[in-house]
Amino acid sequence: MPEMHLPWLELSVLIPLLGALWVGCLRNRDVARRHAIVVCALTFLCAAGEWIDFNSLHTFEAHDHWDVLDAVFHKDVFVVDELSAPLLPLGAMLYLMTVLTTLRTKVNRFSFGWTLFSEAVLLATLSCRDPWLIIALLAIATVPPWIEMRVRRQATRFYCLHMGVFVALLVAGQALVPEDASALNPPVIAGCLLSAAALLRSGVTPLHCWITDLFEKATFGTALLFVTPMTGAYAVIRLVLPIAPDWALQSIGIVSLFTAVYAAGMALVQHEARRFFCYVFLSHSSLVLVGLEMVTPIGLTGALCVWLSVGISLLGFGLTLRSVEARTGRLSLNTFHGMYEHTPILAGLFLLTGLASIGFPGTVGFVGTELLVEGAVGVYPLVGLAVVLAGMLNGVAVVLAYFRVFTGTRHAASISMNCRISERVTILILTALILGGGLYPQPGVSSRYHAAAALMAHREGKTTRDPASDEHPGDEHSQHDATGHDATGHDASNHDVNHDGLDAASTQH
Amino acid sequence: MTLDNLFQILGVIVVASPAILLAVLGLPMLVSRPLSEESQSNFTKLAVLAGLFSALTILGLMLAFDSRHVVIELGNWVEIHQEDFHFHLKFVFDRLSVPFAILSFVLCGTVGAFASIYLHREAGYRRFFLLYALFLLGMIVSSLAGTIETLFLGWELVGLSSALLIAYFHERPGPVRNGHRVWTVYRFADAAFLIAALTLHHLTGAGDFDGLMGTGPWPEGQAATDSWHALIVGLLLLVAAAGKSGMVPFSGWLPRAMEGPTPSSAVFYGALSVHLGTFLLLRVSPLLEASWALSAAVIVLGLVSAVMGTLASRVQNDVKNALAFASLTQVGIITVEIGCGLRYIALIHMIGHACLRTLQLLRAPSLLKDYQSLENAIGERLSTGPTFWERQVPEAQRSWLYRFSLERGYLDGFLNEYIVRPFVRLFRWCDQQERRWTRFAGGSEHRESDNVTVYGDSLEDVV
Repeated sequence: MPEMHLPWLELSVLIPLLGALWVGCLRNRDVARRHAIVVCALTFLCAAGEWIDFNSLHTFEAHDHWDVLDAVFHKDVFVVDELSAPLLPLGAMLYLMTVLTTLRTKVNRFSFGWTLFSEAVLLATLSCRDPWLIIALLAIATVPPWIEMRVRRQATRFYCLHMGVFVALLVAGQALVPEDASALNPPVIAGCLLSAAALLRSGVTPLHCWITDLFEKATFGTALLFVTPMTGAYAVIRLVLPIAPDWALQSIGIVSLFTAVYAAGMALVQHEARRFFCYVFLSHSSLVLVGLEMVTPIGLTGALCVWLSVGISLLGFGLTLRSVEARTGRLSLNTFHGMYEHTPILAGLFLLTGLASIGFPGTVGFVGTELLVEGAVGVYPLVGLAVVLAGMLNGVAVVLAYFRVFTGTRHAASISMNCRISERVTILILTALILGGGLYPQPGVSSRYHAAAALMAHREGKTTRDPASDEHPGDEHSQHDATGHDATGHDASNHDVNHDGLDAASTQH
Repeated sequence: MTLDNLFQILGVIVVASPAILLAVLGLPMLVSRPLSEESQSNFTKLAVLAGLFSALTILGLMLAFDSRHVVIELGNWVEIHQEDFHFHLKFVFDRLSVPFAILSFVLCGTVGAFASIYLHREAGYRRFFLLYALFLLGMIVSSLAGTIETLFLGWELVGLSSALLIAYFHERPGPVRNGHRVWTVYRFADAAFLIAALTLHHLTGAGDFDGLMGTGPWPEGQAATDSWHALIVGLLLLVAAAGKSGMVPFSGWLPRAMEGPTPSSAVFYGALSVHLGTFLLLRVSPLLEASWALSAAVIVLGLVSAVMGTLASRVQNDVKNALAFASLTQVGIITVEIGCGLRYIALIHMIGHACLRTLQLLRAPSLLKDYQSLENAIGERLSTGPTFWERQVPEAQRSWLYRFSLERGYLDGFLNEYIVRPFVRLFRWCDQQERRWTRFAGGSEHRESDNVTVYGDSLEDVV
């Protein structure tokens, strides 16, 4: 397996882990916040470095340079592939921006130490492909929100019940997966258990109430960070997709489709902003699941695109709400708040991110949503139109929330509520990503299609051509194959091995 | 330079000028360094003039060289060629799109000049012009779209800018509620449009209008589909057009749209936006020939909308509302013309009506003064008695008809009663069930969010 030039993955996990220990010891909350920002920024740089390095390798998968864990366990623990490569910087960005936009009014209740610990666990989850390790990390990730709720003296029974069942299903399901399991030889019971676990973690109806409960009881930042990386969808790809038959996945897709419409409808009748956000998020994350479970290249590409776009846009949407909450307290949607005049930039970002999440033209979500709809209608000709219905309802809900929070009255305030510098930086970055990805979508779509095709090939276990060579017949990657040497003059026999993840899947069966 | 190159350059300028305007107005606002009113006004004039001049030049060249169908290919915006998926950016200049694009530039330019004075020193001046640029871009993209996806792109931009402009005076709840109502109708229309586009893709394998309407220049294309498929796609597009043009049963949003500032009411709901639905029907008019049932549906919808518009416009006590319903009447008649296959007449009617209505709406703030001038000139009061047609209605039916017209055919009430209320009731019931389940399994008695009020947080938040 090819190697990256630096140990990006290990650094991405180690830095927030050590940072968590350090920040957890700090008594001064302001200092803790500043240190947490530095740690998150370093982690993000490593994650972004990993992505750039990985892209420069032109390979399906790669592991770290100086892989210490490999030396200890004699196993590739941290491996990044085309699916997870962009998810790592996305995950690191979620944490960086959340910490960056945590205002002083919230530092007393938001634990930076546990947040950094969660970041380390998330990045470790996204960096590994071993099923048992993923399960262990998914289980560990459920602990920090539980601790926070306990500290805040909130009832945790509901959360524990769901997370307990989630972990139990994962363990039981994985234990029943035989060695030779594949989509052609599916272990039905194990597949059902793992699917149920992933759907529970993703909040598919009727197993979604724990997410609304979490948003009620945990801090907004913690709840946001626990759900927006969509680790449930990641579990579907890593644990369920390789072993589940098409019919089973497409049946689960119908349930996800129902959730998308149901959650969009529920968002419209909510009285409070956090619950509203929670349902909007559930609707979108269900759409991602719909795409994943269609098991078609177009649908899968759409789902992977929407995964990134929803991650970016709903992060911005949630952070905007959180920033407004930091100024006014929790927001009722029964009344108008008229915050526009005080925070026009936040209002603009709220609208932009909300529109991006529904796939508005010119934003990062547009093409992904088009692909998703196209794929859904291709697989379920009539039922697939529910994706359009969910999009319509979400659009109505997003603009309704914008009007309720930012318009409708004059808000009287004796102090300045304008954006802080850290918030402005976050807004500019998010806007650049949303508009940049929306106006120039081809690289993102090509990359996600490549990942989708590789996943399909891996799942189908049959010989397929490398989609990259179809797509860029004249590029450097193709020249590797033609000349036998890569651009740096290294022997391409190494490069052939670089493709073993894809090629092994492509040629072994 | 060849003629094709010249067309290409001019075509790109037509589309790019509003896009650049949007970027020039929007980016400084993003970094909290908005342009001055004067700069905004000047950039707007420049963009409109550049676009208008280019469009007129294209028209002149098309007439001079007898070219009826000029295609500007911008390539694939997104493409997955292995899956035969592509988002093709293609703009078409023909006898339909060129007049509509020129109309858009002329009316937007007029209203831009008017608004720069009318809204001078208004708090929302910059916001207005930003949304104006978004609207102009949406109109131009929609007018010139050569594929249904491109048309959808412009269609969505027009919808968003319209809804936000209705809520322009956003410190009051009324405009905001109305803006949201219009947005909801638009989203419904957009959904119908998107489904039509998907159906079109599955029927023809592409969203290119040439693929569906035949390759002949407008209006002579022949629909490349059978009558059954034409009916399905056509009905979906008819719903989309009805939503966008405020036709029955969506006509309730027209008076709501008048909450916006006069310039936006004039250009959007009186002139351009309200005609976008009929423009869509004209664009897909070969479909109507493929299905007599679709043509009949278009005619019936147009007739009903025209009657509704004329009835409602007669009982309005606000000039902008009266003009809005008068627009609906004309839009209904234009729709009937389209259904009858009178495409050029419909196009001319649309252009004439848009210009007249813009003038009327821009004069609306001075209506009382105009009336006084008129009365002074003729030396007596203007007649307020019943008209000839009103006298034809039996006395017994007049009050019923008056009430029916005043309530706008009870269409808003119908939508509220039979769609909105059951929807809300169903999901509130689901919310209650979720509450019960959470209480039962979680053991906690209440939701924290139930007690949320403005500034309801504890002191812990700020200490």
